[in-house]
Amino acid sequence: MTEIAETHSAPAPSLTTRLEIVPLVLFTAFAAAPLLAAYSGAEGYVLSLLTRVMIFGIAAMALDLILGYGALVSFGHAAFLGLGGYAVGILASHGFEDALIQVPVALLASAAFAFVTGAISLRTKGVYFIMITLAFGQMLYFLATSLAPYGGDDGMTLASRSLVAGTDWLENDFTFYWVCLLCLFGVYALSRSIAASRFGRVLRGTRENAIRMEAIGFRPFRFQLAAYVISGMMAGLAGCLLANQAEFVSPSFMTWQRSGELIFMVVLGGLGSLHGAIIGAAAFLLLEEFLPEILHTLSFFLSEETRSHLAENWKMVFGPLLILIVLFVRGGIMGLLRRPHHG
Amino acid sequence: MAEALLELRNLRKNYGALVVTDDVSLSVEPGELHAIIGPNGAGKTTLIHQISGMLPSNSGQVLFAGEDITHLAMPRRVERGLARSFQITSILPGFSALENVALAVQARSGSSFRFLGNASQEKDLNGTALECLGEVGLGARAHIPAGLLSYGEKRQLELAIGLATAPKLLLLDEPLAGTGHDESQRVVETLRRLKNRLTIVLIEHDMEAVFSLADRVSVLVYGRVIATDTPERIRANPEVRAAYLGDEEMV
Ligand SMILES: Nc1ncnc2c1ncn2[C@@H]1O[C@H](COP(=O)(O)OP(=O)(O)OP(=O)(O)O)[C@@H](O)[C@H]1O
Ligand SMILES: [Mg+2]
Repeated sequence: MTEIAETHSAPAPSLTTRLEIVPLVLFTAFAAAPLLAAYSGAEGYVLSLLTRVMIFGIAAMALDLILGYGALVSFGHAAFLGLGGYAVGILASHGFEDALIQVPVALLASAAFAFVTGAISLRTKGVYFIMITLAFGQMLYFLATSLAPYGGDDGMTLASRSLVAGTDWLENDFTFYWVCLLCLFGVYALSRSIAASRFGRVLRGTRENAIRMEAIGFRPFRFQLAAYVISGMMAGLAGCLLANQAEFVSPSFMTWQRSGELIFMVVLGGLGSLHGAIIGAAAFLLLEEFLPEILHTLSFFLSEETRSHLAENWKMVFGPLLILIVLFVRGGIMGLLRRPHHG
Repeated sequence: MAEALLELRNLRKNYGALVVTDDVSLSVEPGELHAIIGPNGAGKTTLIHQISGMLPSNSGQVLFAGEDITHLAMPRRVERGLARSFQITSILPGFSALENVALAVQARSGSSFRFLGNASQEKDLNGTALECLGEVGLGARAHIPAGLLSYGEKRQLELAIGLATAPKLLLLDEPLAGTGHDESQRVVETLRRLKNRLTIVLIEHDMEAVFSLADRVSVLVYGRVIATDTPERIRANPEVRAAYLGDEEMV
């Protein structure tokens, strides 16, 4: 009997190794990018775009932790981006410019908001959960727009990036890039660990069959709430980074469209693999960035006027394109990467 | 007489005007296998739901090991040693058979608020889970995703999951339903072995199995217990024969 227990503990090597290739390539690419950026001639632009990709990767991964592993469709996750961002902005405007103060405050605020709203939202299921998380997100959005001392609708510009223990390291775009990569990796490693842990297994079990979980003695609510809080804190961290990247915070950080985009990134990348969420965020942001040019190039056979119209109205292609990907690429981009091996 | 392990006092449940559990009082002695039989729609599953805490009762009391558990939620009752299986198979289809059972073991062994370490590699959990699977004859199928098991195997898995919660009392809702002849023989043998170790409340339509396994039998008709007695006396009871539709079924 123990023999079987042990053979199980050594997971099938082929399966794991081939799937681990994806995160390996992904992080290697992020690590190599700054070196390549130096040769691109548009160093600042490439760095800032990829930094945004990583920041949204963190936020999407945070969402994947509850959406992919817990089937909790939070439609208000942008609220945490806003919380993180405003924690940085508000504290900075009062003279607390150090990340060592800002980040803990942001994480605490995110945790508190997640705890309270999660405790209420998680009493509901399905579409009600979606609606109530949306409502809480909107609540925070309107609160931000009414914060006149902090810019109200217009938001506020940061005087500088956060200090780190008194030094202005983050002002250097390369350093900031590496800090974001470190955060991305940290959040990824932590999430992977959570997903495989006892806690994660309860979360995954609840996703499959909550009644069964109760019938073996678990109280799913506690686990879901804890996951919601962890996820909220991770997204709050992404908010801190986003504020520093943009050197600006505004209510637009937490619109419901932004929450929708996060869901989209997760689904696009493939639910429940974590690195899928990063890939989804990358695909989403890069498409958003380059689709106008791609359209312009691809439509070489049309008249110049139509081509520029097309490029201008790229969103009309963007939407349907995303829908097509989600419809026809089951399991998102990760599903696509996995598929050839199964055949 | 020893104190009852499970005692139902005047339990009621109704859906609007439809009374599904009608003033049921019943006591299950420690160590016995107590069968509950009754025609379709008699309210057997509903009664299991009420005992396990899945459905609230409209009135009455449920006592377990002397404690009033009427208002406890299902997970709390499981913690106290009251496990159940489902008539309609309820498993985690995406998890392997082993992980289905290991999760039930996990629920009983230490905190599940652990964020580090790979749960699927915990030897203690897997070892106990394999024993439970072996108990129901599924040891060789441990690594198959539960959703891919045959119907009969899923029924056996239900039983293994129930066992893995280390219950004092196991509530089984038609464990034989839909299993083939050989599988059903195997489940009956399993139950015969288990019966020496724990107390079982068995709902079953298979009369042969019921009369060969049960120490006592209660007959539920339209939500009422019309008789509780030894299998022999139940079989001879004219009221039961009259009320229980399948007269000829009663062997
Ligand atoms: N949610 C519900 N709402 C209304 N009536 C219900 C509900 N659930 C069950 N019933 C009714 O309660 C009665 C008892 O159902 P129950 O499932 O407990 O019977 P059972 O004895 O387990 O039957 P079977 O042998 O077919 O499994 C049935 O008449 C059923 O239609
Ligand atoms: Mg039933």
